[in-house]
Amino acid sequence: MADNPKEEVAGNSDGGLVARSFGVIEHGLQATARFFRATEIDTRMLGMLGALILIWVAFHFVSDGRFLTPRNLWNLSVQTASVAVMATGMVLVIVTRNIDLSVGSVLGFVAMIMAVVQVEWLPELLNRNHPAIWVIALTVGIALGAMIGALHGFIIAYMGVPAFIVTLGGLLVWRGAAWWVTSGRTVSPLDSTFRLMGGGPNGAIGAFWSWVVGGLACLLVLLLILNARRQRKRFNFPLRPVWAELFLVSTVCATVLGAVAVANSYPWPAGIVKRYIKNNNLNVEPSELFIAHGIAIPVLIAVCVGIVMTFVAKRTRFGRYVYAMGGNPEAAELAGINTKWVTTKIFITMGMLCGIAGTISTARLNAATNAQGTLDELLVIAAAVIGGTSLSGGVGTIAGAMLGAVVMQSLFSGMLLLGVDSPLQNIVAGVVLVLAVWLDGIYRRRQG
Amino acid sequence: MRKNSTEKVIELENISISFGGIHAVDDASVDLHKGEVVALLGHNGAGKSTLVKILSGAYKRDAGDIRVRGELANISNPRDAKAYGIETIYQTLALADNVDTAANLFLGRELRTAWGTLDDVAMEAAAREVMGRLNPRFQRFKEPVKALSGGQRQSVAIARAIQFNAQILIMDEPTAALGPEETAQVGELIKQLKYEGISIFLVSHDIEDVFDLADRVAVMKNGQMVGSADVGSVTKDEVLGMIILGKCPPAAQKGPGAVNQ
Repeated sequence: MADNPKEEVAGNSDGGLVARSFGVIEHGLQATARFFRATEIDTRMLGMLGALILIWVAFHFVSDGRFLTPRNLWNLSVQTASVAVMATGMVLVIVTRNIDLSVGSVLGFVAMIMAVVQVEWLPELLNRNHPAIWVIALTVGIALGAMIGALHGFIIAYMGVPAFIVTLGGLLVWRGAAWWVTSGRTVSPLDSTFRLMGGGPNGAIGAFWSWVVGGLACLLVLLLILNARRQRKRFNFPLRPVWAELFLVSTVCATVLGAVAVANSYPWPAGIVKRYIKNNNLNVEPSELFIAHGIAIPVLIAVCVGIVMTFVAKRTRFGRYVYAMGGNPEAAELAGINTKWVTTKIFITMGMLCGIAGTISTARLNAATNAQGTLDELLVIAAAVIGGTSLSGGVGTIAGAMLGAVVMQSLFSGMLLLGVDSPLQNIVAGVVLVLAVWLDGIYRRRQG
Repeated sequence: MRKNSTEKVIELENISISFGGIHAVDDASVDLHKGEVVALLGHNGAGKSTLVKILSGAYKRDAGDIRVRGELANISNPRDAKAYGIETIYQTLALADNVDTAANLFLGRELRTAWGTLDDVAMEAAAREVMGRLNPRFQRFKEPVKALSGGQRQSVAIARAIQFNAQILIMDEPTAALGPEETAQVGELIKQLKYEGISIFLVSHDIEDVFDLADRVAVMKNGQMVGSADVGSVTKDEVLGMIILGKCPPAAQKGPGAVNQ
């Protein structure tokens, strides 16, 4: 791609001034190209980050400075968590040229079962608020999600029904099934420990542990980069220049610690601080006590899911097969990959992620309702696609999809902040989706 | 001309397969000796690609037996064939375009670390080694194979086949996408592999491409075997007659697809 400008310059080089000004441009282009080659930064991802920052800054100005506040950003992160978790699985589904329209309904059904388990079944066997309840409910949810995913995957891979149809059926079936569990009744309130997974002042890990997590994350990044360097040395491969490695480490660490700092500057609301003082018999004025939220637990869950899924996609055989199948299904089959089983495993993964996402959204709401997760499938697919997952298969990253989820949620929450009516919100979101895919198509064609 | 020709490594016996009522391969038999190059010739649609795809496990035969080194082999998918040391270079190359060279070379047989994760560095090292042998100027290891030229893609597909100590190699139109220079390279490679004792089925519709490389030719027409002959005992014109008219010359071993004269 860096060849084109160079050729242009060569053609014009006898034109004196023109050539010289081209030369300056060329020099700049070469420096930029060299920077990107050395750091191996994905320019597409960088573009998305740029778009996100643009959206944030624009909302910040239009809303008179109400968007880029710790409070709004913290809420944004919590609201994104559930869709972001599902989007990581949708990447694998779409990369293999499938689609899953059922994730919202599966979430609804699994969430309803989890709520019934912890509110109506377990308290009869154990005590109310028994410490094991949340673990059992979560396990049931993930296992049930896995079973539903396995069923979808089996029908798609072994019975040969297109994923679009199977999951369209699933969309109707599981929404209906969710209603059936309690005849449409909302189940509430949930187990108090379970609720921590939904965020809120208690469902966050506080300032101290947030710094610990941030510090560990920085350490992890450093170790990963050192390990990659050592591995490449083992075989005498060309190494990234040291300045590029340092730049990457410091940029990532600064971002992580910056996010922690933002989460740590959002204090508990006054009412909760008052209750906290009363419960702990403290002798201070509520206004003097600054207790930070820190990172919300659902956000922590989503980030962990993102890391695990990235690991699965990049470093395991399963992940390699997913991308190979997306690039050329016939070649994967001829290479001896059991493509049917891989497809089934993808849908099992998707189902488990629906269980986790269902946990986050019910815990946040402190209730399981019949409408839980309605239209989430569209948000999830949109997040994956905005994040650069190609519907023609073979292309897409987990991090991109999660970033796509943040972009979608930023749009919605920004418009909410501005008091935009919900029909108009949908119109804007729809237009943005189409626009994003169009721009992405242009970018990819230019990349060749 | 044939060396070590005593041992039959592959025997395809009375193989048939049909797709929707069309007999793509009809009662075809052919064998392959150790270190031998057998050219499978015929028009487009004669059934030669289909026949070798049955051997490579891509298609499941309706009838017939496959023997590998004299023993009845159970080949019903590509994994089975690879387990018998049968590697295939497909006409379409069968590369996953969106991943890099090393990932394609090891697709389905990835090297893994002690942790069970992909050992990308070791795979890249092996890829650099094998590609260095086939195509010394090749340097684009980090790019997805869709960015490579036709010749480079071909060498990736060939590297994948010879990487795993293949005993039997199936090459389906290996030079179809190549220029003259690269075609000559593939010819050299075939001679070298034969010298190493690898047995090769060479599928082609162009007699000029393979006549100098093959020990024996086997000709198919309309899904049936016209006959097979040692290259030394027939002329190019006689082989053309087999391909076009189904006329089996006296020096050739007659198959069921030969016309009665």
